Amino acid sequence: MNERPLVLRIVKGFGRFWWDFLVGDTPELFVAALVIIGVIALLSESGHFNAAAVVVLPLLAILALATTLWRAIRSARRES
Amino acid sequence: MFVATSVTTGTVVLVGAVFLATCVEMVEALTIVLAVGHTRGWRSAFEGTSAALLVLTALVAAFGPALVHVPLNVLRLIVGGVLLVFGMQWLRKSILRASGLKAKHDEDAIYEATVATLRAAGATPGRDRLAFVIAFKGVFLEGLEVIILVITLGTSSHRLGLAAAVAAVAVVLVALCGVIVARQLSNVPENALKMSVGVLLVTYGTFWTGEGLKVRWPGGDTMLLGLAAIYAIVTWLFVLALRRETQTLRVTSA
Repeated sequence: MNERPLVLRIVKGFGRFWWDFLVGDTPELFVAALVIIGVIALLSESGHFNAAAVVVLPLLAILALATTLWRAIRSARRES
Repeated sequence: MFVATSVTTGTVVLVGAVFLATCVEMVEALTIVLAVGHTRGWRSAFEGTSAALLVLTALVAAFGPALVHVPLNVLRLIVGGVLLVFGMQWLRKSILRASGLKAKHDEDAIYEATVATLRAAGATPGRDRLAFVIAFKGVFLEGLEVIILVITLGTSSHRLGLAAAVAAVAVVLVALCGVIVARQLSNVPENALKMSVGVLLVTYGTFWTGEGLKVRWPGGDTMLLGLAAIYAIVTWLFVLALRRETQTLRVTSA
Protein backbone atom coordinates (compact mmCIF):
# COMPACT_ATOMS: atom_id res chain seq x y z
CA MET A 1 0.00 0.00 0.00
CA ASN A 2 1.43 3.41 -1.01
CA GLU A 3 1.25 5.71 2.05
CA ARG A 4 2.63 8.88 0.46
CA PRO A 5 0.15 11.77 0.15
CA LEU A 6 -1.72 11.97 -3.16
CA VAL A 7 -0.37 15.46 -3.99
CA LEU A 8 3.21 14.25 -3.56
CA ARG A 9 2.56 11.26 -5.82
CA ILE A 10 0.98 13.48 -8.49
CA VAL A 11 3.91 15.95 -8.36
CA LYS A 12 6.43 13.10 -8.54
CA GLY A 13 4.53 11.49 -11.42
CA PHE A 14 4.37 14.83 -13.26
CA GLY A 15 8.11 15.36 -12.80
CA ARG A 16 8.90 11.82 -13.90
CA PHE A 17 6.72 12.20 -17.01
CA TRP A 18 8.62 15.33 -18.12
CA TRP A 19 11.98 13.76 -17.27
CA ASP A 20 11.14 10.67 -19.38
CA PHE A 21 9.64 12.87 -22.10
CA LEU A 22 12.60 15.23 -22.49
CA VAL A 23 15.61 13.31 -21.19
CA GLY A 24 14.79 9.59 -20.91
CA ASP A 25 17.58 7.36 -22.19
CA THR A 26 18.98 10.02 -24.55
CA PRO A 27 20.30 12.82 -22.29
CA GLU A 28 22.67 13.82 -25.11
CA LEU A 29 19.72 15.07 -27.17
CA PHE A 30 18.44 17.25 -24.32
CA VAL A 31 21.94 18.70 -23.85
CA ALA A 32 22.24 19.16 -27.64
CA ALA A 33 19.02 21.23 -27.76
CA LEU A 34 20.35 23.48 -24.98
CA VAL A 35 23.69 23.83 -26.81
CA ILE A 36 21.89 24.69 -30.08
CA ILE A 37 19.85 27.41 -28.35
CA GLY A 38 22.99 28.72 -26.63
CA VAL A 39 25.06 28.83 -29.83
CA ILE A 40 22.33 30.61 -31.81
CA ALA A 41 21.84 33.09 -28.95
CA LEU A 42 25.61 33.77 -28.98
CA LEU A 43 25.56 34.15 -32.76
CA SER A 44 22.97 36.89 -32.38
CA GLU A 45 25.80 39.05 -31.00
CA SER A 46 27.77 38.67 -34.26
CA GLY A 47 27.50 40.80 -37.39
CA HIS A 48 26.16 38.22 -39.84
CA PHE A 49 23.75 36.67 -37.37
CA ASN A 50 20.88 35.71 -39.67
CA ALA A 51 22.89 34.10 -42.47
CA ALA A 52 25.00 32.17 -39.94
CA ALA A 53 22.02 31.04 -37.85
CA VAL A 54 20.08 29.77 -40.88
CA VAL A 55 23.01 27.47 -41.74
CA VAL A 56 24.27 26.59 -38.26
CA LEU A 57 20.92 25.69 -36.65
CA PRO A 58 20.03 22.73 -38.94
CA LEU A 59 23.69 21.66 -39.06
CA LEU A 60 23.84 21.42 -35.27
CA ALA A 61 20.59 19.42 -35.21
CA ILE A 62 22.08 16.97 -37.76
CA LEU A 63 25.30 16.79 -35.71
CA ALA A 64 23.25 16.01 -32.57
CA LEU A 65 21.45 13.24 -34.44
CA ALA A 66 24.76 11.82 -35.70
CA THR A 67 26.15 11.87 -32.15
CA THR A 68 23.21 10.01 -30.62
CA LEU A 69 23.29 7.41 -33.42
CA TRP A 70 27.04 6.98 -32.95
CA ARG A 71 26.42 6.34 -29.23
CA ALA A 72 23.81 3.72 -30.15
CA ILE A 73 26.22 1.98 -32.54
CA ARG A 74 28.98 1.99 -29.92
CA SER A 75 26.63 0.42 -27.41
CA ALA A 76 25.53 -2.22 -29.99
CA ARG A 77 29.21 -3.02 -30.73
CA ARG A 78 29.90 -3.54 -27.03
CA GLU A 79 26.92 -5.90 -26.74
CA SER A 80 27.84 -8.00 -29.82
CA MET B 1 -8.46 32.33 -54.62
CA PHE B 2 -9.25 32.46 -50.89
CA VAL B 3 -8.30 28.81 -50.39
CA ALA B 4 -5.10 29.24 -52.35
CA THR B 5 -3.93 32.13 -50.16
CA SER B 6 -5.13 30.89 -46.77
CA VAL B 7 -3.67 27.37 -46.89
CA THR B 8 -0.02 28.09 -46.22
CA THR B 9 2.97 25.74 -46.15
CA GLY B 10 2.90 26.04 -42.36
CA THR B 11 -0.69 24.80 -42.26
CA VAL B 12 0.08 21.79 -44.44
CA VAL B 13 3.10 20.81 -42.31
CA LEU B 14 1.10 21.39 -39.10
CA VAL B 15 -1.78 19.18 -40.28
CA GLY B 16 0.63 16.45 -41.43
CA ALA B 17 2.63 16.46 -38.19
CA VAL B 18 -0.42 16.41 -35.87
CA PHE B 19 -2.30 13.80 -37.94
CA LEU B 20 0.60 11.34 -38.25
CA ALA B 21 1.75 11.75 -34.62
CA THR B 22 -1.80 11.19 -33.35
CA CYS B 23 -2.20 8.09 -35.54
CA VAL B 24 1.04 6.56 -34.21
CA GLU B 25 0.17 7.22 -30.56
CA MET B 26 -3.46 6.10 -30.95
CA VAL B 27 -2.47 2.79 -32.56
CA GLU B 28 -0.40 2.12 -29.42
CA ALA B 29 -3.30 3.12 -27.14
CA LEU B 30 -5.81 1.07 -29.17
CA THR B 31 -3.65 -2.05 -28.79
CA ILE B 32 -3.90 -1.77 -24.99
CA VAL B 33 -7.65 -0.99 -24.99
CA LEU B 34 -8.36 -3.97 -27.27
CA ALA B 35 -6.28 -6.25 -25.04
CA VAL B 36 -8.28 -5.08 -22.00
CA GLY B 37 -11.62 -5.40 -23.83
CA HIS B 38 -10.99 -8.89 -25.18
CA THR B 39 -9.62 -10.18 -21.87
CA ARG B 40 -11.68 -8.48 -19.14
CA GLY B 41 -14.78 -7.21 -20.92
CA TRP B 42 -15.59 -4.02 -22.80
CA ARG B 43 -17.25 -2.10 -19.98
CA SER B 44 -14.02 -1.46 -18.04
CA ALA B 45 -12.12 -0.81 -21.29
CA PHE B 46 -14.64 1.87 -22.36
CA GLU B 47 -14.82 3.40 -18.87
CA GLY B 48 -11.02 3.64 -18.64
CA THR B 49 -10.79 5.08 -22.16
CA SER B 50 -13.58 7.61 -21.57
CA ALA B 51 -12.09 8.76 -18.26
CA ALA B 52 -8.68 9.27 -19.89
CA LEU B 53 -10.22 11.20 -22.81
CA LEU B 54 -12.12 13.43 -20.34
CA VAL B 55 -8.95 14.26 -18.39
CA LEU B 56 -7.04 14.94 -21.62
CA THR B 57 -9.81 17.24 -22.89
CA ALA B 58 -9.74 19.12 -19.58
CA LEU B 59 -5.95 19.55 -19.92
CA VAL B 60 -6.31 21.05 -23.41
CA ALA B 61 -9.10 23.36 -22.19
CA ALA B 62 -7.01 24.46 -19.19
CA PHE B 63 -3.57 24.92 -20.72
CA GLY B 64 -4.31 25.67 -24.39
CA PRO B 65 -5.89 29.13 -23.94
CA ALA B 66 -3.45 30.00 -21.11
CA LEU B 67 -0.45 29.56 -23.43
CA VAL B 68 -1.84 32.20 -25.79
CA HIS B 69 -0.87 34.83 -23.15
CA VAL B 70 2.82 33.83 -23.22
CA PRO B 71 4.88 36.19 -25.47
CA LEU B 72 5.14 34.57 -28.91
CA ASN B 73 8.96 34.64 -29.12
CA VAL B 74 9.33 32.98 -25.70
CA LEU B 75 6.64 30.42 -26.54
CA ARG B 76 8.26 29.57 -29.88
CA LEU B 77 11.70 29.22 -28.31
CA ILE B 78 10.41 26.82 -25.61
CA VAL B 79 8.21 24.92 -28.06
CA GLY B 80 11.05 24.81 -30.61
CA GLY B 81 13.42 23.36 -28.02
CA VAL B 82 10.89 20.75 -26.85
CA LEU B 83 10.06 19.73 -30.44
CA LEU B 84 13.76 19.50 -31.35
CA VAL B 85 14.40 17.10 -28.45
CA PHE B 86 11.21 15.10 -29.01
CA GLY B 87 11.64 14.98 -32.79
CA MET B 88 15.27 13.86 -32.57
CA GLN B 89 14.24 11.12 -30.09
CA TRP B 90 11.62 9.85 -32.58
CA LEU B 91 14.06 10.06 -35.50
CA ARG B 92 16.78 8.25 -33.54
CA LYS B 93 14.42 5.41 -32.64
CA SER B 94 12.99 5.04 -36.15
CA ILE B 95 16.43 5.18 -37.83
CA LEU B 96 17.75 2.48 -35.47
CA ARG B 97 14.66 0.35 -36.16
CA ALA B 98 14.80 0.85 -39.94
CA SER B 99 18.47 -0.10 -40.01
CA GLY B 100 17.92 -3.22 -37.90
CA LEU B 101 19.97 -2.04 -34.90
CA LYS B 102 16.84 -1.97 -32.73
CA ALA B 103 13.85 -4.32 -32.75
CA LYS B 104 10.73 -2.89 -34.40
CA HIS B 105 7.79 -1.80 -32.23
CA ASP B 106 5.69 -4.96 -32.11
CA GLU B 107 1.97 -4.33 -31.44
CA ASP B 108 1.34 -8.10 -31.37
CA ALA B 109 3.91 -8.56 -28.59
CA ILE B 110 2.48 -5.61 -26.59
CA TYR B 111 -1.03 -7.04 -27.01
CA GLU B 112 0.09 -10.49 -25.82
CA ALA B 113 2.00 -9.02 -22.84
CA THR B 114 -1.03 -6.96 -21.74
CA VAL B 115 -3.35 -9.97 -22.10
CA ALA B 116 -0.92 -12.10 -20.05
CA THR B 117 -0.80 -9.47 -17.27
CA LEU B 118 -4.60 -9.23 -17.14
CA ARG B 119 -5.10 -13.01 -17.15
CA ALA B 120 -2.49 -13.54 -14.45
CA ALA B 121 -4.32 -11.09 -12.16
CA GLY B 122 -7.48 -13.23 -12.20
CA ALA B 123 -11.09 -12.08 -11.90
CA THR B 124 -12.10 -9.50 -9.29
CA PRO B 125 -15.57 -9.15 -7.75
CA GLY B 126 -17.57 -6.00 -8.62
CA ARG B 127 -15.96 -3.32 -10.78
CA ASP B 128 -12.80 -4.41 -12.61
CA ARG B 129 -10.32 -1.85 -11.24
CA LEU B 130 -7.25 -3.38 -12.89
CA ALA B 131 -8.83 -3.35 -16.37
CA PHE B 132 -10.00 0.25 -15.85
CA VAL B 133 -6.54 1.39 -14.70
CA ILE B 134 -4.70 -0.32 -17.58
CA ALA B 135 -7.08 1.11 -20.20
CA PHE B 136 -6.93 4.57 -18.54
CA LYS B 137 -3.12 4.54 -18.29
CA GLY B 138 -2.66 3.36 -21.88
CA VAL B 139 -4.93 6.02 -23.36
CA PHE B 140 -3.81 8.79 -20.97
CA LEU B 141 -0.04 8.34 -21.44
CA GLU B 142 -0.20 7.98 -25.22
CA GLY B 143 -2.79 10.75 -25.38
CA LEU B 144 -0.66 13.07 -23.25
CA GLU B 145 2.07 13.04 -25.90
CA VAL B 146 -0.55 13.94 -28.50
CA ILE B 147 -1.88 16.73 -26.27
CA ILE B 148 1.60 18.20 -25.83
CA LEU B 149 2.11 18.18 -29.60
CA VAL B 150 -1.35 19.65 -30.28
CA ILE B 151 -0.92 22.42 -27.71
CA THR B 152 2.67 23.30 -28.65
CA LEU B 153 2.19 23.12 -32.43
CA GLY B 154 -1.27 24.68 -32.29
CA THR B 155 -0.53 27.66 -30.05
CA SER B 156 2.81 28.51 -31.69
CA SER B 157 1.21 28.70 -35.10
CA HIS B 158 -2.00 30.34 -33.76
CA ARG B 159 -4.00 27.35 -35.06
CA LEU B 160 -4.90 25.49 -31.86
CA GLY B 161 -8.44 24.81 -33.12
CA LEU B 162 -7.18 23.31 -36.37
CA ALA B 163 -4.54 21.19 -34.57
CA ALA B 164 -7.16 19.88 -32.10
CA ALA B 165 -9.62 19.12 -34.94
CA VAL B 166 -6.98 17.23 -36.94
CA ALA B 167 -6.01 15.20 -33.84
CA ALA B 168 -9.69 14.41 -33.19
CA VAL B 169 -10.12 13.21 -36.80
CA ALA B 170 -7.05 10.97 -36.43
CA VAL B 171 -8.38 9.53 -33.13
CA VAL B 172 -11.76 8.75 -34.73
CA LEU B 173 -10.13 7.21 -37.83
CA VAL B 174 -7.84 4.94 -35.80
CA ALA B 175 -10.75 3.95 -33.51
CA LEU B 176 -12.93 3.15 -36.56
CA CYS B 177 -10.15 1.06 -38.10
CA GLY B 178 -9.83 -0.78 -34.78
CA VAL B 179 -13.56 -1.47 -34.68
CA ILE B 180 -13.66 -2.58 -38.32
CA VAL B 181 -10.73 -4.97 -38.15
CA ALA B 182 -11.57 -5.84 -34.49
CA ARG B 183 -7.96 -6.45 -33.60
CA GLN B 184 -4.74 -4.58 -32.88
CA LEU B 185 -3.41 -2.70 -35.87
CA SER B 186 -0.13 -4.57 -36.22
CA ASN B 187 -0.05 -4.08 -40.00
CA VAL B 188 0.21 -0.30 -39.73
CA PRO B 189 3.67 0.74 -40.98
CA GLU B 190 4.35 2.35 -37.63
CA ASN B 191 8.07 2.90 -38.09
CA ALA B 192 7.63 4.72 -41.40
CA LEU B 193 4.96 6.92 -39.78
CA LYS B 194 7.20 7.56 -36.79
CA MET B 195 10.09 8.52 -39.07
CA SER B 196 7.89 10.98 -41.00
CA VAL B 197 6.67 12.54 -37.75
CA GLY B 198 10.26 12.72 -36.47
CA VAL B 199 11.30 14.63 -39.62
CA LEU B 200 8.34 17.04 -39.25
CA LEU B 201 8.94 17.62 -35.52
CA VAL B 202 12.65 18.35 -36.01
CA THR B 203 11.67 20.64 -38.90
CA TYR B 204 9.23 22.59 -36.71
CA GLY B 205 11.67 22.49 -33.80
CA THR B 206 14.42 24.04 -35.92
CA PHE B 207 12.08 26.62 -37.43
CA TRP B 208 10.59 27.81 -34.14
CA THR B 209 13.83 27.72 -32.17
CA GLY B 210 15.14 30.07 -34.86
CA GLU B 211 12.04 32.28 -34.81
CA GLY B 212 12.18 32.41 -31.00
CA LEU B 213 15.75 33.72 -31.29
CA LYS B 214 14.68 36.24 -33.97
CA VAL B 215 16.15 34.38 -36.96
CA ARG B 216 14.43 35.45 -40.20
CA TRP B 217 14.13 32.33 -42.35
CA PRO B 218 14.55 32.92 -46.09
CA GLY B 219 11.15 32.42 -47.75
CA GLY B 220 9.28 32.50 -44.41
CA ASP B 221 7.00 29.49 -43.89
CA THR B 222 8.16 27.97 -47.21
CA MET B 223 11.48 27.22 -45.50
CA LEU B 224 9.60 24.50 -43.56
CA LEU B 225 9.51 22.45 -46.76
CA GLY B 226 13.22 23.02 -47.36
CA LEU B 227 14.11 21.97 -43.81
CA ALA B 228 11.84 18.90 -44.05
CA ALA B 229 13.56 17.88 -47.31
CA ILE B 230 17.03 18.31 -45.77
CA TYR B 231 16.14 16.25 -42.69
CA ALA B 232 14.43 13.57 -44.81
CA ILE B 233 17.54 13.16 -46.97
CA VAL B 234 19.85 13.09 -43.93
CA THR B 235 17.59 10.49 -42.27
CA TRP B 236 17.70 8.31 -45.39
CA LEU B 237 21.51 8.58 -45.50
CA PHE B 238 21.75 7.65 -41.81
CA VAL B 239 19.54 4.58 -42.41
CA LEU B 240 21.75 3.46 -45.33
CA ALA B 241 24.94 3.96 -43.33
CA LEU B 242 23.58 2.15 -40.27
CA ARG B 243 22.30 -0.78 -42.36
CA ARG B 244 25.89 -1.38 -43.46
CA GLU B 245 26.99 -1.16 -39.83
CA THR B 246 24.29 -3.69 -38.82
CA GLN B 247 25.52 -6.14 -41.48
CA THR B 248 29.11 -5.74 -40.23
CA LEU B 249 27.97 -6.38 -36.65
CA ARG B 250 26.05 -9.50 -37.71
CA VAL B 251 29.08 -10.87 -39.62
CA THR B 252 31.35 -10.15 -36.63
CA SER B 253 29.07 -11.82 -34.10
CA ALA B 254 28.31 -14.86 -36.36
